[in-house]
Amino acid sequence: MWEYTEKVKEHFMNPRNVGELEGANAVGETGSLSCGDALKLFLKVDENEKIVEASFMTFGCASAVASSSALTEIVKGMTLDEAAKLTNEDISNYLGGLPKEKMHCSVMGQSALKKAIANYRGIQILEKPGRIVCECFDVTDLEIIDAVKANNIGTADDVTNYLKAGGGCGKCIEHIEEIIESVKAGR
Amino acid sequence: MKIVYTDNNATTKVADEVIEEMLPYLGEFYGNPSSMHTFGDQVGKKIKEARQKVADLINADPEEIVFTSCGTESDNSAIFSAIHAFPDKKHIITSNVEHPAVKNLFMHLGKKQGYKITFVPVDKKGILDTDQLYKRMTEDTALVSLMWANNETGVLFPIEEIAQKTREKGILFHTDAVQAAGKVVIDVKKTDVDMLSLSGHKIHAPKGIGVLYIKNGLKFSPFLIGGHQEKGRRGGTENTVSIIGMGKACELAKKNLPVVNTAVRKLRDYLQNQLLEKIPSCSVNGDLNLRLPNTLSIGFDAVEGESILLMLDRYGICASSGSACTSGSLDPSHVLMAMGVPFKSAHGTIRFSLSHYNTPEEMDHIILALISVIEKLRAMSPFWKNGKLI
Repeated sequence: MWEYTEKVKEHFMNPRNVGELEGANAVGETGSLSCGDALKLFLKVDENEKIVEASFMTFGCASAVASSSALTEIVKGMTLDEAAKLTNEDISNYLGGLPKEKMHCSVMGQSALKKAIANYRGIQILEKPGRIVCECFDVTDLEIIDAVKANNIGTADDVTNYLKAGGGCGKCIEHIEEIIESVKAGR
Repeated sequence: MKIVYTDNNATTKVADEVIEEMLPYLGEFYGNPSSMHTFGDQVGKKIKEARQKVADLINADPEEIVFTSCGTESDNSAIFSAIHAFPDKKHIITSNVEHPAVKNLFMHLGKKQGYKITFVPVDKKGILDTDQLYKRMTEDTALVSLMWANNETGVLFPIEEIAQKTREKGILFHTDAVQAAGKVVIDVKKTDVDMLSLSGHKIHAPKGIGVLYIKNGLKFSPFLIGGHQEKGRRGGTENTVSIIGMGKACELAKKNLPVVNTAVRKLRDYLQNQLLEKIPSCSVNGDLNLRLPNTLSIGFDAVEGESILLMLDRYGICASSGSACTSGSLDPSHVLMAMGVPFKSAHGTIRFSLSHYNTPEEMDHIILALISVIEKLRAMSPFWKNGKLI
């Protein structure tokens, strides 16, 4: 069994802010049925760009539910500018940490939040910059480089743990290893 | 809290009768069966008895039984021995729904030792494409290794027919019968396999004991090279206590086979039909007829397996899932993927595997718990609205 913290278990069994939020004016969706997890985040933002309410709907494992629940608790009361700075580490830390293999659940939270903020501001999220490396999970080279730098990742397995990239057909694992090498080499 | 154990394809309760049989040999009778004194020899006699009981379960001769440490060791020994027997043949065949003990060894042999590997596909009910299998058997094929029953879905492969075909072509045939033992009739006099693997802890013996059946006259190269034990086919001092337990477990498995095929099957069918009736959007994985009597693999749309399991855990219910999130990988089980089970239900698949220790009351407990767990998770799911998948 996974070693979940008490806080992860508690948020899984008693998730906060579940369901569609009536009057939500910012919605962010990420993930899909085929991925095995998905999150739809609802925010109610007031005229001062402050998040007054947040809720979620999640399909996924215990840590996906707990990460979503934690996210809604964290962002309540934040301004959009503050929320935009939130990282996946913040979500994981709030829960007392997540197993390495489950870090992508916190990344999913961060990604849904970004999308919700963009949705509120009327910004169309354009095609992701960079080149697709992992076709199964639609992950680009720039995303991998960012994650490798931000989390000091050293192996392709860990890239999979954070971004899912490489976790499907596995065809891109060599490419991911090359990217890690080039980041390490400072290129 | 009372535990409701329905994860018997993962492991089973050690039968009280088995423990009772083992205990004296864990304490008082600690002798080495190879020793030249009565104290050791009485253990040797008991092992002989155990070997006979194991042989009786599959209608083998006792000298065809080799004790190993687990099902994985039996599988590995059989496969390595087969390729050593035919060093010039560079092709081996298995299916794409095997247990990792076979699947990963085949992949290793392909990658590291240059073997050409054929993974024969299954259809959406989990049934083996035997036409493909027979077409792919060539002069260069050293071995066919196929499971008798699938651990995740319980689907049975036509081992008797395949054994005939491999025999005609002079290709060695190994079957992993770990899940089949104690649940279907295994008769090696009738089903002409060369080698067959069993595992103790799937049939109410302890963990750490396995069996490899090796057909009389078959050339065998040992996996563990050491002493003369097991007639030189598996070195290492015998795990006397567990072997004695395994003997008793096989005797009980033979006795309980009719119970598993009547009472246990009835419980499984009751659980299956009640869940299908009471929970919308769920479906059984695997052929409904060509299936072990104790296994139910059932997928619930729009929810995820790990979440289901952890919530069932709160009710004391033990089951398994074919979901990615329990295993650390991201794709759902390779078995469900090979069958083409759609993602919507593959991620939400739960396996219940029963034994003769289960009761109708336990089935009712599972049904009630599952209705509420699925309802709770679907209320949270972005893919579920107004009682339907969206």
